[in-house]
Amino acid sequence: MINLQVNNKPYTVDAPPQMPLLWVLRDMLGLTGTKFGCGMAQCGACTIHLNGEAVRACVTPLSRAVGQPITTIEGLSSDNNHPLQRAWLQEDVLQCGYCQSGQLMSAAVLLRENPNPTDDDIDHAMSGNICRCGTYPRIRKAIHLAAQLQREGGKS
Amino acid sequence: MSTTKGYSRRKFLQTTTVFSGGLLIPFFVSAGAKKMALLDVLGGGAATAEDTSAIAFAPNAYLGIGRDNTIHIILAHVEMGQGIWTTLSMLIAEELDCDFTKMKIGHAPPAAPYIHPLFGIQITGGSSTTWSEFDRYRKAGATARALLVTAAAQQWGVAPETCSTDDGYVIHGDQKLAYGALADAAAKLPPPADIPLKEAGDWKYIGKGVKRLDTPEKINGTAKFGMDVQFPGLLTALVLRAPVFGAKMKSFDDSKTKAVSGVRKVVAVPSGVAVIGDHYWAVKQGRDVLQVEWDIDPALAFDTKQQWAAYRKLAEQPGASAAKAGDVVAGLSGAVSKIEAEYTLPYLAHACMEPMNCTVKITGDKCEIWTGTQMPGIDQGNAAKVLGFKPDQVEVHTMFLGGGFGRRATGQSDFVVEAVEVAKASGEAVKTVWSREDDMRGGYYRPAFMHKVQIGLGPDKMPVAWLHRIVGQSIMEGTPFEAGVQNGIDGASVEGVNDSPYMKHVPHHSVELHSPKNKVPVLWWRSVGHTHTAFVMETMIDELAHAAGKDPVAYRKLLLKEHPRPLAALTMAADKAGWGKPLPAGRFRGVAVHDSFGSAVAQVAEVSVDKKGQVKVHRVVCAIECGLAVNPGGVIAQMESGIVFGLTALLYGNISIEQGRVQQRNFHDYRMVRMHETPQIEVYIVPSAEKMGGAGEPGVPPLAPAVINAVYAATGKRIRQLPLDPAKLLKV
Repeated sequence: MINLQVNNKPYTVDAPPQMPLLWVLRDMLGLTGTKFGCGMAQCGACTIHLNGEAVRACVTPLSRAVGQPITTIEGLSSDNNHPLQRAWLQEDVLQCGYCQSGQLMSAAVLLRENPNPTDDDIDHAMSGNICRCGTYPRIRKAIHLAAQLQREGGKS
Repeated sequence: MSTTKGYSRRKFLQTTTVFSGGLLIPFFVSAGAKKMALLDVLGGGAATAEDTSAIAFAPNAYLGIGRDNTIHIILAHVEMGQGIWTTLSMLIAEELDCDFTKMKIGHAPPAAPYIHPLFGIQITGGSSTTWSEFDRYRKAGATARALLVTAAAQQWGVAPETCSTDDGYVIHGDQKLAYGALADAAAKLPPPADIPLKEAGDWKYIGKGVKRLDTPEKINGTAKFGMDVQFPGLLTALVLRAPVFGAKMKSFDDSKTKAVSGVRKVVAVPSGVAVIGDHYWAVKQGRDVLQVEWDIDPALAFDTKQQWAAYRKLAEQPGASAAKAGDVVAGLSGAVSKIEAEYTLPYLAHACMEPMNCTVKITGDKCEIWTGTQMPGIDQGNAAKVLGFKPDQVEVHTMFLGGGFGRRATGQSDFVVEAVEVAKASGEAVKTVWSREDDMRGGYYRPAFMHKVQIGLGPDKMPVAWLHRIVGQSIMEGTPFEAGVQNGIDGASVEGVNDSPYMKHVPHHSVELHSPKNKVPVLWWRSVGHTHTAFVMETMIDELAHAAGKDPVAYRKLLLKEHPRPLAALTMAADKAGWGKPLPAGRFRGVAVHDSFGSAVAQVAEVSVDKKGQVKVHRVVCAIECGLAVNPGGVIAQMESGIVFGLTALLYGNISIEQGRVQQRNFHDYRMVRMHETPQIEVYIVPSAEKMGGAGEPGVPPLAPAVINAVYAATGKRIRQLPLDPAKLLKV
């Protein structure tokens, strides 16, 4: 039995320590917001926060999460009120939406570490996240807007 | 009550309709003229039972109103990113005057009212949803509004004409009643015979647009894609498929697989061997150690390199005629000069972000399916065949699609049929999931194509003869769409060449097609035939412009003078891009314009090429002539999307096969354009009162030729083989 803390809630799972967090979250805890895209850290659809850092859940073993807080897209905010979510709504960013959990989780770490990112900063931070619908220009624009919202409104 | 009551028993009649591009396809269409209302379709036991029970008023199959003021909207088309969740709902709201925040939107089950008004099957494809549903969804809203107004007027004892509507209320003077409060009374009224629709000048949303209605649930993880379906008792399966298309399983040894914790069953299915267990990780580990012996006929072990050699030979021979004028042989021999070119364009995978998956639960004489699909009715029929059921014994729940691009519209329903086989063989409720590698190697690719072009120029350096031979597998042959192949021509192989506005003005021309067969399954891939034909036509036209010593934009304008829509798109894109104006050192422009799916799109690309031959696309300016842009924001988003999609194919797209084995596996060797490679994109919509066209696909075709024409401007080198090989651009 392994104890986990996901989105500030405690969970106990019976799973092998090498099982990737992605499948623990999705298939055992029912947190399906974190997506499966490639299984080899190529696409970023499964990006979550482990102890505040963006990691690819598809290649992160369960054992690495013991004693470390996990945040998934379900825990990004209580009511779509994170500056990034507000910006995503405002800029009509998404299309099919499948990659967007990962895009948002990657962007959230960027914004925390760099409250005023340039285009190059954004490109660098987001280059690990693939969007087959090609929403990149809007993601870039929305991250700039979120940075502005964050500065104006404090961190929500 | 079944979700498809009466559907299978109805008479069928054959009709002909326009599908991919300008192609005619005969389909079998339900002749059921009887209109079904929403409650007939959903029934009491449908998945949305708790919602349905609240619907008190449902004048048609597209919307219902609850006593709690909820507006239930049922979509005949599916949301795969193109924004139809928003646009169809907006069409209803335009006429109903309802509150967007009260909407509950869902995908329709397979049923007669949701059959495509023109294509005759229930399909989302061909960039057709907005124009094909423009009247049906507006009328649905207008009918409901008229009945609500009548109900209110009767209650107040006033004339309906003295009432107005706004934001979910009927209003008369200072009295107002919410739609929910009128729902029961409205339900008792006879449907009005004729419903006038709003005049264009009164439109509140059409032509202006609203923000996407599916954003809230897609930014917090609550949106449910096929992959996210879960319920108690549901198991997960991975199928080990043949390593070579067409090979059969001889035998398998599952002793190691069954030793993996969490693996429950291993069963043979027609497509391979399914490993079934508690979760993906267990079945993946189990499949990794499964031993299967395959029966591989040496004839199946083909190689794409040999394929090009075979295609080259075919291209030497005359093919089936797709368009013909004058005497092309005489025209070529009498020409002052000639241009010859050979193009090779590889197989391409759709690579939807959500890998293929399908969940199936069989209970007695019922089967339930949950998946993301572009053709729920076709899937229902194919699933029923596997089980020996009637279609109405199969219920299909269409989830959000994590991308479609044509992959989730197979006439054979490959991913659904296989999942039904897995559930049937195992006796379990199972979600069959494809790994990324399964998805990449699973076929249903854009066919590989070779084009061979010979053009003869007259004394004025304008084309007088054009012989154009195309070689590539037919998408429709051997599928339920086979009737779309007529006189040896699959229209999806030649669209964009045989109907090219340029070709019409060449006095001697012949467009010919060879459709060789092999076991690699092929399919429509966002913009279908135009993916390769626009590239060939627009790079050839560029070459002809240079041969004639003319500016590429001016040359096209000359040839398109009788074709106002592409001309308007071209003019706007060139103007907005500053065509002819100086660029920063090292940057070069290229242009392309192409008609597809009822719209004309022109793009101007600005590129630079470095010493290593690496091409950087800095900026793409795009103009679309699509008639009325119902939801302009959606049109712009689709152009952006098409540009990135086209750029990915141009720079990286290549499925190659050696000894029958697909060489690519995942996103490291089938690369996608990423954010740092994405150009600055500007999209303009040509104001137009022309016939409405599509937007989902037409943004893709012009991108590759625009970029390659810019690469020619930069390097003087003509690229005729995709994906782009930087080694070919090295200075020697």
